[in-house]
Amino acid sequence: MTVRVQENPFDFGAEAQAFATGRTDAGAVVTFTGIVRDLVQSPLHEMMIEHYPGMTERALSGIEADARTRWDLRDVLIIHRHGILRPGDMIMMVATASPHRKDAFEAAEFLMDFLKSRAPFWKKERTGEGEEWVASKSEDEYALSRW
Amino acid sequence: MIDVLYFAWVRERIGIPKEQVQTSAATVADLVDELRSREDRYAAAFEDLAALRVALDQELTDFNAPLEGVREVAFFPPMTGG
Repeated sequence: MTVRVQENPFDFGAEAQAFATGRTDAGAVVTFTGIVRDLVQSPLHEMMIEHYPGMTERALSGIEADARTRWDLRDVLIIHRHGILRPGDMIMMVATASPHRKDAFEAAEFLMDFLKSRAPFWKKERTGEGEEWVASKSEDEYALSRW
Repeated sequence: MIDVLYFAWVRERIGIPKEQVQTSAATVADLVDELRSREDRYAAAFEDLAALRVALDQELTDFNAPLEGVREVAFFPPMTGG
């Protein structure tokens, strides 16, 4: 079980390969990665991600531990970046390994839902029109209620 | 003394990321009242508590939570990770 919070980019291919290699205990590995998306209204120059060092690692470990109590997981990887990112950059990834694909898929979705609104990250977008903090969405909060 | 941390637009409105506060506030809400009465920038940051979240010693909680024994309070807007 690995949680990493880092400013540097990560190699999605290498991470996924290392996570999935050499397993005989898990027949299913699911990965998800989040990418900085350009904006429709005004081109995005960059995205600044602020976080709360200390609490971030605690919150992510807590979410991961919660997932392990709900599904049969043999391994979990969470990587989340902070600092300055640009459109096309990878922000974060999760990977789950389970004997069964349903557990791996559901756990990955659960991790994503809780990462969105329970891990202390805040995004600020810089466009030609200025800077703006990204507002949380009510559907992100609603997404937690299904678990 | 208690460490008080601010993140995102709360940090920007107050103008500092962290400060030490001498307080005898019993709850988070009492501490917020004390901070609000200090200066306009605090009043502006704490104008709408529904738009804010609070963590005590790095655990999310609510504004009615007691402060006894707490070393670190953090105020921030709803999180936008992922």
